[in-house]
Amino acid sequence: MTELIHGLYTEGAPIHDTKAPNGPIQTKWPTRQFEARLVNPANRRKLRVVVIGTGLAGASAAATLGEAGYVVKSFCFQDSPRRAHSIAAQGGINATKNYMEDGDSVYRLFYDTVKGGDYRARENNVYRLAEVSANIIDQCVAQGVPFAREYGGLLDNRSFGGVQVSRTFYARGQTGQQLLIGAYQSLERQVASGGVEMFTRHEMLELVVVDGRARGVIVRDLVSGEIETHLADAVVLASGGYGNVFYLSTNAMGSNVTASWRAHRKGAYMANPCYTQIHPTCIPVSGDHQSKLTLMSESLRNDGRIWVPKRREDCDKDPRDIPEEDRDYYLERIYPAFGNLVPRDIASRQAKNVCDEGRGVGPVVGDFRRGVYLDFADAIARLGRESVEEQYGNLFDMYARITGEDPYAVPMRIYPAVHYVMGGLWVDYDLESTIPGLYVTGEANFSDHGANRLGASALMQGLADGYFVLPNTIRDYLAGGPYPAVEDDHPDVVAAREAVANRVQALLSIDGTRSVDSFHKELGTIMWEYCGMERSEEGLAKAIDLIRSLREEFWRNVRVLGSAETLNQSLEKAGRVADFLELGELMCIDALHRRESCGGHFRAESQTADGEALRHDDEYAYVAAWEYTPGERGDRASMGPPVLHKEDLVYEFIELKQRSYK
Amino acid sequence: MATTTSPARATKARSTTIALKLVMAVTGIIFALFVLAHMYGNLKLLAGESAYNTYAEHLRTIGEPMLPHRGFLTLMEVVLLLALGAHVYAAFTLWGRARGARTQRYAVKKAVAQSFSSKWMRWGGVFLLLFIIWHLIEFTIVKVNVGGQSVAGDNPYQLVVDSFQVWWLTIIYVVAMLALYLHLAHGVFSATQTVGWTGNAAAYRRAQVTGHVMAAVVVVGFLIPPLAILFGLVK
Amino acid sequence: MDITLKVWRQTGPDDKGGLVTYDVPDISPDMSFLEMLDVLNERLNDEGKEPIAFDSDCREGICGMCGLMISGEAHGPERTTTCQLHMRSFADGDTITVEPWRADPFPVIKDLVVDRSAFDRIIQAGGFITVNTGAAPDAHATPVPKANAERAFVAAECIGCGACVAACPNASGMLFMGAKVTHLAELPQGQPERMSRVVSMVAQHDAEGFGGCTNIGECTAACPKEIPQDVISTLNRDLRSALRHQS
Ligand SMILES: Cc1cc2nc3c(=O)[nH]c(=O)nc-3n(C[C@H](O)[C@H](O)[C@H](O)COP(=O)(O)OP(=O)(O)OC[C@H]3O[C@@H](n4cnc5c(N)ncnc54)[C@H](O)[C@@H]3O)c2cc1C
Ligand code: HEM
Ligand code: FES
Repeated sequence: MTELIHGLYTEGAPIHDTKAPNGPIQTKWPTRQFEARLVNPANRRKLRVVVIGTGLAGASAAATLGEAGYVVKSFCFQDSPRRAHSIAAQGGINATKNYMEDGDSVYRLFYDTVKGGDYRARENNVYRLAEVSANIIDQCVAQGVPFAREYGGLLDNRSFGGVQVSRTFYARGQTGQQLLIGAYQSLERQVASGGVEMFTRHEMLELVVVDGRARGVIVRDLVSGEIETHLADAVVLASGGYGNVFYLSTNAMGSNVTASWRAHRKGAYMANPCYTQIHPTCIPVSGDHQSKLTLMSESLRNDGRIWVPKRREDCDKDPRDIPEEDRDYYLERIYPAFGNLVPRDIASRQAKNVCDEGRGVGPVVGDFRRGVYLDFADAIARLGRESVEEQYGNLFDMYARITGEDPYAVPMRIYPAVHYVMGGLWVDYDLESTIPGLYVTGEANFSDHGANRLGASALMQGLADGYFVLPNTIRDYLAGGPYPAVEDDHPDVVAAREAVANRVQALLSIDGTRSVDSFHKELGTIMWEYCGMERSEEGLAKAIDLIRSLREEFWRNVRVLGSAETLNQSLEKAGRVADFLELGELMCIDALHRRESCGGHFRAESQTADGEALRHDDEYAYVAAWEYTPGERGDRASMGPPVLHKEDLVYEFIELKQRSYK
Repeated sequence: MATTTSPARATKARSTTIALKLVMAVTGIIFALFVLAHMYGNLKLLAGESAYNTYAEHLRTIGEPMLPHRGFLTLMEVVLLLALGAHVYAAFTLWGRARGARTQRYAVKKAVAQSFSSKWMRWGGVFLLLFIIWHLIEFTIVKVNVGGQSVAGDNPYQLVVDSFQVWWLTIIYVVAMLALYLHLAHGVFSATQTVGWTGNAAAYRRAQVTGHVMAAVVVVGFLIPPLAILFGLVK
Repeated sequence: MDITLKVWRQTGPDDKGGLVTYDVPDISPDMSFLEMLDVLNERLNDEGKEPIAFDSDCREGICGMCGLMISGEAHGPERTTTCQLHMRSFADGDTITVEPWRADPFPVIKDLVVDRSAFDRIIQAGGFITVNTGAAPDAHATPVPKANAERAFVAAECIGCGACVAACPNASGMLFMGAKVTHLAELPQGQPERMSRVVSMVAQHDAEGFGGCTNIGECTAACPKEIPQDVISTLNRDLRSALRHQS
């Protein structure tokens, strides 16, 4: 066995993307589309595709593949495909329409995304994303998505997430909802015409791999408890992000890593799992009962001013009684040029710093106050209450509803929260994972955002992947099919099915003393403390130990009541938490191995003299793709040391620079 | 069971709940117009016996000689009867469907927005049906003159005046008019909504107000003659 | 604060079910209603009793997954979703009855969880615009007057939670359907299928067993997105036009 690095992992062969064609970046996608083999329409009816997930990435893919004539099965764990977590996105979606004639272009969006990702994304994928972005808007408008419009009846754009052009299309604060409903309706149209068969309240619990190819999935019908086998020629995972490994996040309650993790255990590499985006403007935790965190649009930072008291003693005072000279507008102080509009990761980290110093505000949670003020007093004085109400009324109402405080009178309190994961399953230019026939789209893959994602580009990526990229690339794989028939009683299929059944039984039969949620909360605390906004070697090493013993306790002491034959929400959660307990360890290992700061990953050991993130391009300009190895002990709690495969990031078109917002 | 795939079903617009609602709306509007006219006729009572009886007679001779004697009236009666049949049929069908849509009731259920008038549409409608039957028996078919000394026969004026001098007959009538108020107040608005003329917030408000105004006009108009009789203003 | 809950418990679709009383002491007014149920569920789990099943996902008032009848009001006493309802809307010592949405087209799966796939089937019947991926013209090819775009948006805000059906004395799904019909009818892109859409959707609505609308307004009052009643008028008008064209 190769030697363990840090006692935690081994290094394997480097990995490469072999699918992106050579040539100038502008010609790569047209070339790939041309080179990808075609499937004759008559044959499409013989080709089966399973799509896991009905968010933007999954619904768009399933609908498009259904339209093309493939036999598609679509799955989600909610009661309707329309409820996928994409629905919650507020701000908007980027596209290079350049309707504003403000100098936007495909190349500029490409550049902004690579730079925003702190030079840790793959150029080819990002360029293609920028290229197809404009088509997304056309498609959505044709579906009836009610984007904001101007008086002339044409589409309105706004500037979003710290870029200088207005390329963000939006539908009030509900862009994700409107886009998802558009995709959902297209999907339901396919369901009605027989192109797609829809399975709601079904959870994928295992990937079926036969002869090295992804050949289907094992799912559990969450209502009847039945374990079903769905075989196919190709499988698409569009199962979203895993931010809920932190327990508290802005993700929906059900968001999980199970689909990706099961594939990872079957051989799909997990790339950059530690890249997490922490959003600065969320409503703070109010107590131990907190079940999730609510995001408030970043746009609030356009007019609100962020501050904390200069002195700890003032922290429990009524903020209105703290005079101007005793307030610390720390972002404006540290970053005079960008002020309150610095990127998400910087705003988040500085909020953590001032709270760690004991200058946070709001209720004491754990052992200190977790909150900073976001003050609109100046904006109200300058613009008038009416104008503030018009721009931010919805958000203020939401804040008031959740906190019971009136944000027009008292400054709001905000605190950072986990929001998005840039990491995910490794994919090549075709969005194919390391398991042939397994494709990964949307937040579930790692491909486009490097170490940090810009606002309004996750929606863009989800729809780009689902409508335009995947349907073109997967056909190259499907053209090689139909793959040899596999029956339900094939030994590999039976083994996968039995593994699922055994795991379900195992969870139900432990009958310990602690609830699933209590494990999840504890894991979340560990992750937030040691693998959150600031990470250090020492902390991560400690976290790995803590997670291992927690996982061990989980498999010994969890209590899951009820049966496997009915709807059993504790059982569903238990399976997800078990996977989070493994993912958490890998995230910490990834964070530990990357001794540099980049984007959402801030290593205490790698900062400039004045506390800014410091990249080490010479050592770390690569994607860390991790391969799973089973544990030696063979029990459910054990995991082997993962194998690191590096994909070097080559910047042919964009020059690497150190970010600076001062 | 949780799949959302289902076979397409036969689509027939004509038997849908909305089509039935349209039937209710159209027939309801016919009634509404009828009661408006009826109310206007009743007010003739205030002009005295001969004016009223002339009006009653006139109803029988409209359109002559193009129409036979009582032709117009018969036509009206037929239309109204068919409308009533359709209205009541649709009402009961929809009532049945609504009941079938929630066979397991709530242990606790609050009405938040429901207006008093909308709440009483169904039972109020049943009451109106009973009243209409009684009303026809009283004034059209049998012409029972409860209060009069003699059968008033061909003197409608006398029949009406005699009847409303009986206090309990007047009370039935007044209660029925309250029921009519409620039914019309919601009904006229609802019919406007059903035919689809309230496609914006302003039109919607307007229809609601119209319902109440129309109901008030009809009911006040209907109540003037009997009350005038009861209180001895008309003899 | 301390409250008493009467919660509908039903082990499965075939179980008769009934209300069970739980004392829930010592809760914070800052908890959401669902977090209060979470706390109760943790306790039940510790006591070896099966937790109460209820649906939720985003807990931000946008996915439409949550939905409980709370003391006779859909989503409770505030005009919002159940997940956005907070305990400060109740008083110390209150007794709160919690029931699932009740409508025959929404059969109970377990406890407070119902099957709302009837809504998906109504959308399948015609709640879409037929356009294949890649077949779209440039987004600016068809301007949409701002007023129409706004109304389309207001209607498109529907989150499909089913509160309208739950609150309606007739268990009618007209507000849900009216919202979709209006959303698409206000847009030029929605015109080609306007008539066939409304006919099929209404037929599916009826086939699912929802009741008819009597324009009472309980649906709008319960709607967390405040979808106005006038969308039902648009639905009615479109069906009427379709009837004319059909016969
Ligand atoms: C509050 C919030 C606001 C945001 N705002 C913006 C914004 O303004 N702009 C922007 O660009 N991005 C935004 N984002 C990010 C963006 O919404 C997400 O990254 C994106 O929607 C993810 O889409 P997806 O299709 O990949 O996955 P999801 O939408 O998460 O869908 C996952 C799907 O997978 C299914 N699934 C998962 N696991 C399984 C399983 N095991 N079996 C079966 N089915 C499974 C689920 O049922 C679901 O249908 C926001 C995110 C949050 C949390
Ligand atoms: C003078 C007699 C009547 C008048 C003027 C009248 C008028 C109306 C009108 C205008 C409507 C509104 C239709 C709609 O909602 O679109 C209506 C509804 C209704 N009517 Fe009548 N009606 C009368 C008699 C009756 C009778 C005899 C019944 C018997 C059962 C009845 C039962 C109902 C019911 C249940 C509704 C509610 C329908 C709904 O809102 O869906 N009505 N009526
Ligand atoms: S849980 Fe999503 S709306 Fe309540």
